[in-house]
Amino acid sequence: METFKYSRAQDVSQAVQAGAQSATSQQGAQVRFVAGGTTLLDLMKLNVERPAQVVDINRLPLDKVEKLPDGRLKIGALVRNSDLARDSAVQSDYAVLSQALLSGASAQLRNMATTGGNLLQRTRCMYFRSTETACNKREPGSGCSAIEGENRTLAILGTSSSCIATNPSDMNVALTALEATIHIQGTKGEREVAIQDFFLLPGNTPHRETVMEPGDLITFVTLPAPRPGTKSVYLKLRDRASYEFALSSAAVVAEVADGKFRRVRIAMGGVGTKPWRSLEAEKALEGKKVDPAVFREAAHAALRDAKPQSQNGFKVELAKRCLTHALTLATQSA
Amino acid sequence: MDGEKKPGTQEEEPLLGRVSRRSFLSQLGVAGVVATTRPLAAAAQQMPAETAQDTPGPGIAGAVPVSLKVNGKQMTVQVDPRTTLLDCLRESLQLTGTKKGCDHGQCGACTVHVNGRRVNSCLSFAVMHEGDEITTIEGIGQPGNLHPMQAAFVDQDGYQCGYCTSGQIMSAVALLKEPCGPADADVKELMSGNICRCGAYPNIVAAIQQVRQRA
Repeated sequence: METFKYSRAQDVSQAVQAGAQSATSQQGAQVRFVAGGTTLLDLMKLNVERPAQVVDINRLPLDKVEKLPDGRLKIGALVRNSDLARDSAVQSDYAVLSQALLSGASAQLRNMATTGGNLLQRTRCMYFRSTETACNKREPGSGCSAIEGENRTLAILGTSSSCIATNPSDMNVALTALEATIHIQGTKGEREVAIQDFFLLPGNTPHRETVMEPGDLITFVTLPAPRPGTKSVYLKLRDRASYEFALSSAAVVAEVADGKFRRVRIAMGGVGTKPWRSLEAEKALEGKKVDPAVFREAAHAALRDAKPQSQNGFKVELAKRCLTHALTLATQSA
Repeated sequence: MDGEKKPGTQEEEPLLGRVSRRSFLSQLGVAGVVATTRPLAAAAQQMPAETAQDTPGPGIAGAVPVSLKVNGKQMTVQVDPRTTLLDCLRESLQLTGTKKGCDHGQCGACTVHVNGRRVNSCLSFAVMHEGDEITTIEGIGQPGNLHPMQAAFVDQDGYQCGYCTSGQIMSAVALLKEPCGPADADVKELMSGNICRCGAYPNIVAAIQQVRQRA
């Protein structure tokens, strides 16, 4: 690991000012915020991240979960994954989020990882994590080793000829299905970004993963007020029963009335270069009967544009079955 | 030794009459194989060197002070900002019960409690823990006065080589205070962050269930 200057931010504006000294807040940032540290330290030990300055934001007052008067849920960026998963409002109104969080990582890591940090979790693509190999995300222009290499766990949706790395987060998939809003404090003030617009497709700039600019600090995430009659489910399929990244996962937030889908939101994990919202699946479900044949049609629609690589063709069928099963679970006792 | 004791470092066990496995092995490292043929008491005379090793002093470029409450004792050390909590515990404070396995948060061998919650000490910088209360395996029980979880691991033979054991036990002790269903499967899920390469899992689960059932 390279040397760096360590400082502790006393307030949000101090953190923003420190972050603004960086030329980028994406791959290769000279200034990094550290909260849980679970991604940053890992990548710094691998020399994939080499910040000259690390700003500790753990003392900032962003560690609360609050119900807002209008019914929305406001989640501080420093709320730990384990606390968020066990929050009573999350468990009762946003079950998909609690389930997604508890399916991720280990109990120890969930005690460390934060809401803001998990939004910025980096891919587990082995070529990104190894400085020995070419990777356009880590070293723009160097090429993608994964396309003709080990790509069994990598993405089949949203890929480009530059990058096929998967977004590894479970939380992000649930937040996408819940249509979360990301609140960012930057040098020009505060702004809100819909989660759908927060993550970028790799295209030919895979080193740019989000809309975050130098000085930007995620302060909160808000969730829309829960809708009565909504049921939500997160289903994760993986190589091991626990403590493993998703090969495919599905987040379903469904409002069913009179045996029909009134409103449904679908997001998938383990298959996309970003947390994958499937408008196609939603369209195939809304207004339709709650019926296994409809589920399969929606799953087919969700994977219609899938582009499997040499080793991950199985993910197309796996993702379809995952979504079909998640829809079954979400509508079982509705 | 009192005169040489650094602020915030553990006092070593009395040297004569009690030589720990670690201090013995460490001595071998210092004096070489020849030491094995010498009486232990003579070898032990060189022991104070161990506490002085690897403790970055104020002279180290970029070193910063950090105060931690480790196993109930207030300690202040100077560390390079790159020092992980794990390395600080092992190298600066000589609390070597906490083990380094993968050093990337994948194996759980480095599990300690920070303010009562279990974490991977390898994925945290020591400087981030100013004022925090750290509990390591040395802080939960000692020979002759084992924590019930340590005793249960002995009862149930919850280990083979023992390298992952302190992390397993620290994780298991934290689990007792977390929401966890009654079944073995619930325990397995919440212990999945601790890898045992020897495969002692059934006995580890049995040890944890023994403590939970007797609680």
